[in-house]
Amino acid sequence: MAIVESALLLGLQYAMLALGVYITFRVLNIPDLTVDGSFTLGAAVSAVLGAAGHPYLGLLAALACGALAGGVTGLLQTKARIHPILAGILTMSGLYTVNITIMGAPNVSLIGKPRFYEPLEALFPNAGKNIPEILAVLLVCVAVTAVLILFFRTVFGLCIRATGNNEDMVRASSINTNATKVTALCMANALVGLSGALLAQTSGYADINGGNGMIVVGLASVIIGEVLFGKRSITVGLISAVVGSVGYRLILALALESEWFTANALKLVSAVIVGITLSVPAMRAAFARYRTRKGAKRHA
Amino acid sequence: MLDLQHVTKVFLKGTPNAHTALDDFSLHLDDGEFVTVIGSNGAGKSTLFNAVAGSFLCDSGRILLDGKDITYQKEHLRARQIGRIFQDPMKGTAPDLTVAENLALAYSKATRRILSPARRKKDTAFFKERLARLDMGLEDRMRTKVGQLSGGQRQAVTLLMSTLVTPKLLLLDEHTAALDPVTAQKVMEITREIVETNRITTMMITHNIEQALHTGTRTIMLSAGRIVLDLTGDARAQMTLPALLELYREKAGKALDNDRMLLQES
Repeated sequence: MAIVESALLLGLQYAMLALGVYITFRVLNIPDLTVDGSFTLGAAVSAVLGAAGHPYLGLLAALACGALAGGVTGLLQTKARIHPILAGILTMSGLYTVNITIMGAPNVSLIGKPRFYEPLEALFPNAGKNIPEILAVLLVCVAVTAVLILFFRTVFGLCIRATGNNEDMVRASSINTNATKVTALCMANALVGLSGALLAQTSGYADINGGNGMIVVGLASVIIGEVLFGKRSITVGLISAVVGSVGYRLILALALESEWFTANALKLVSAVIVGITLSVPAMRAAFARYRTRKGAKRHA
Repeated sequence: MLDLQHVTKVFLKGTPNAHTALDDFSLHLDDGEFVTVIGSNGAGKSTLFNAVAGSFLCDSGRILLDGKDITYQKEHLRARQIGRIFQDPMKGTAPDLTVAENLALAYSKATRRILSPARRKKDTAFFKERLARLDMGLEDRMRTKVGQLSGGQRQAVTLLMSTLVTPKLLLLDEHTAALDPVTAQKVMEITREIVETNRITTMMITHNIEQALHTGTRTIMLSAGRIVLDLTGDARAQMTLPALLELYREKAGKALDNDRMLLQES
């Protein structure tokens, strides 16, 4: 039970990251590597503000700073015409300096400081430590997902989806594709920043290296969500990213339980999961070819 | 309606490969004119469309649409008044979006309220009615992803999308060339109907000379970035294919070197 609880909590915290990665990777069709930097940025901002006694302001500021980071990547991609992957790497790399400057040290502790979930702790005094945290993060999750679902049903949301699909056609419909791309990158990285902020406040510290490999975590969550729900409408896609994030944490928790893996194996396991899942279409095609050739031989 | 004044465009300027695609090019289109554009490969037909649509800026000259100078206007802003359809049926629609969503996106040109819901009930009824007029059964497949439609169906949807909000100018860049003959004819019929009912000023590039002479109200022939032949009225009605080829030889100083045109000479 403890495993499920902690996996649920972690999964919901990282769900914002999964949503951000879903927006760039699946909707906009651009793998965005800013994520590793903007995750730490969100954690840093929320930890510093939390340590100063402003946990809610910390969450909001993390959203805003994440959006700013996404905006930088967006402008590098659209205005400076830098390759999307390189643009993300540039922002991510530069953010290291920004993050360490904000934090003032490689890590910031929040022990004994106010957190955003404390009002819920007061509401359920006997529920143990995890439950209020889970409820608070779940609340954020549901609210954010609902807003996103509604957003992608508006005309502008439709424009962003079409931009990832056929840019020429969007431009022909008299829509500025630079604007749709930058907006989507801002939104995505705001969510990633929020994810880092939630994690920093619940775990009680922010670390300068906390964002390493977050792009793979995000991708794994999105992909696991797609395995569970299939690729359907955008609404299902957003929900499946959230569920995928929880699923990913459960899988990792079980893997660690099995004694075959140590905590150090996590990143390799995640990378292998993502690598295998992304190659499924190619493997299917190869298998179909093999069967066709075999069938042809039998009839010959 | 459309005015091109002394437009010149040179590609790879300043290099040994410099190529003058439009050479002091002037053209005036009246309101409601339907001009067919013919010419051999590299004559400047597509460059002309790119210049008007704003894919690049011209080296010199001015472009006016409905009296307004659009020479330096950005491509996506010009798109509000200029509809454009390409030869490739994949280019005009978003494959992973449904028919209704594609139409809604095109229709947003009219409303411009970016945070209003993309799919509204009264729009759906309007789209359905317009799709039904295509007579392809698409009105019952509004929730189908466009990627699952055939090339002809996609091109018909594209045509509908670019005329859903009536444009001031419609540019058709060989939009039936990639379709099979029967579908091409069908799409051509739809094109005629839409253009005539809405009285849209239109330019259409084609390699089919018969089609060029029998569609629309005027035919221009390009060679080396200039208009070498401009046919309207009786002269156009009495023009035949051999006579046209002979005229081309005379004006351009060489034979028409377009294999696709010559294949259709029968």
